[in-house]
Amino acid sequence: MRRPLRLRTVLLHGAAVLLAAALAHPAPAAETAEPVAQSWSFSGPFGGLDLAAAQRGFQIYKEICSNCHSMNQLYYRNLSGIGLSEDQIKAIAASFTVPKGVDDQGQPVEGPALPSSHFHAPFPNPEAARAANNGALPPDLSVIVKAREGGPDYIYGILTGYADPPPDMKMGDGMMYNKQYPGNQIAMPQPLQDGSVTYTDGTPNTLSQEAHDVVTFLTFAANPEMIERKRMGVRIVLFLVMMTGVTYVVKRKIWADLH
Amino acid sequence: MVGLHKSEFANPVVNWIDQRLPLFSMMKNEYSSFPTPKNFNYFWNFGALAMINLMIMVATGVFLAMHYTPNTAMAFDSVERIMRDVNYGWLLRYVHMNGASMFFIVVYIHIFRGLYYGSYKNPRELLWMLGVVILLLMMATAFMGYVLPWGQMSYWGATVITNLFSAFPVVGESIVTWLWGGFSVDNATLNRFFSLHYLLPFVIIAVVFLHVIALHITGSNNPLGIEPKGPQDTIPFHPYYTIKDSVGMCVYLTVFAILVFFAPNFLGHPDNYIPANPLATPADVVPEWYFLPYYAILRSVPNKLIGVLMLFGSIGVMFILPWLDTSPVRSARFRPIYRQLIWVFVIDCLVLGYVGAKPPQGSILLIGRVATAYYFLHYLVILPLLGKLERPLPLPESISQPVTRGGGPLPAGAAATPMEKV
Repeated sequence: MRRPLRLRTVLLHGAAVLLAAALAHPAPAAETAEPVAQSWSFSGPFGGLDLAAAQRGFQIYKEICSNCHSMNQLYYRNLSGIGLSEDQIKAIAASFTVPKGVDDQGQPVEGPALPSSHFHAPFPNPEAARAANNGALPPDLSVIVKAREGGPDYIYGILTGYADPPPDMKMGDGMMYNKQYPGNQIAMPQPLQDGSVTYTDGTPNTLSQEAHDVVTFLTFAANPEMIERKRMGVRIVLFLVMMTGVTYVVKRKIWADLH
Repeated sequence: MVGLHKSEFANPVVNWIDQRLPLFSMMKNEYSSFPTPKNFNYFWNFGALAMINLMIMVATGVFLAMHYTPNTAMAFDSVERIMRDVNYGWLLRYVHMNGASMFFIVVYIHIFRGLYYGSYKNPRELLWMLGVVILLLMMATAFMGYVLPWGQMSYWGATVITNLFSAFPVVGESIVTWLWGGFSVDNATLNRFFSLHYLLPFVIIAVVFLHVIALHITGSNNPLGIEPKGPQDTIPFHPYYTIKDSVGMCVYLTVFAILVFFAPNFLGHPDNYIPANPLATPADVVPEWYFLPYYAILRSVPNKLIGVLMLFGSIGVMFILPWLDTSPVRSARFRPIYRQLIWVFVIDCLVLGYVGAKPPQGSILLIGRVATAYYFLHYLVILPLLGKLERPLPLPESISQPVTRGGGPLPAGAAATPMEKV
């Protein structure tokens, strides 16, 4: 039995060295900051959605973001998910003019949007969007929270990450310095600052509050099923844990006559 | 033999059918009264779990296909429509998406079970090889399924993987063009991937049937790796293993549900929520987690052709495993050195997975190369030599003898010829 024991020590050392080397590899220097975890109403399995924050977030999207960013996957009717009433949704939709097919002469028609209409997009096509934005394409925000490593924390980090560039950094033409953005140069000018919007519910309109609210709305937009999913999940997991217990007891009983 | 089957079922309708098509007798013989070694541990759940997982994937997949549109201009939006507007579409998609990961978790544990307890050895070589065929089919199916949402990782993953075939001299470029159905990954590629993604699971089902038939010819292996010596060593599959598999199934479904309901995108890559863009390559093209070890092997070789051959070789070597492992003893319990080396091999695979997720530079590249070398060393050098050099521990007389609780030291002269069948 001596041989395997010695072999084990050698192998353990080998594995330890491999692992240590894997863990100790130097992180690339001067990378962009890791997103800082914020506190969100929707985090965790029991997290819900702060509807007031999501509504304020929609206000910010409507007044600021939507000047450049589309949300093509959303319909006005989806706003019922952040607690808006049918009349509110109708009123919001009606304030936008959207293409409505062609008339009987074949001429394109436009008219007020309905709850069943897609969110109005700021630009008719990506080329027009680039032309208006110094060559950069503002991404569609429908699933932006799911489409970025770090999710809500990352988007919050971008919105609050603007600063003056370090003196030794050479910025590209029309580019902004952002602590969170990979490479630190972002084409989007700082969209939010203290007082960018006026909230009707008396919430202080600080930059961090605004960023927090709009990220809450964007998280809803990317996961409209989230509330239902988590509620269903809690029940199903509880049921399965119970079933595991019951099944195990039955198993013990069936197997009892064998031992 | 022509003639009606002699059926023992009392119910006249069942009896009538069973005489003409003995499905009920088959189910009874193969699943209900099937004599099974009495000493399975919970590792023996994973075959049944893989079967359940396959059924979940087919069931959710059929309904997803009713709403999905395999066209480059519409695929991404059609998936979002499933998520937003189809009744419980989000549930179908998240179950299908995480079901792929669960399938690989289950199958990798199933394979580990086979490796640890020597389930691939005589007489179960063909059973094992059919399993490797299933793994290959699963990999092809999963890869093509990942392309369907037409996100950035779908597109660039498809581009990188199909381009591997261009490494073959002379015919390489033609093969790639043929696979794509054009001169780049485009609509024709998406269409055929959708068609094949729907087809291959049914091929998997067919091979699973063969896998199960082969299993029922040889009988199951067991943690001791010795054959049952008689009825005292076996118990009927039902109710003993149906209930034991049910316990495993409940645990498996709990893990599955936690993923689906609370962390549905945990195992995915965020870039796949960006619509495919042939003009913008993602910073880092990485496959799904279950392909990372193979990806690490591929990237650890500087020569593309040799890298591709080693990638295929990493699975190919599993085909000949029954003949590479020269030890006559099946279970690692009685192989003191193999019992430790199998864990080194598992760590090696995990290291390969870690390396596969990182950019191949500096120490990561070096670790990847060492781990790749060890992967093949394990199969091609260690296993053939170990069988000759290792002194196995004495094997128990029979399954019944040591299975009683406590066990205790085995009698010194208990070594039996392990391959002996009753």
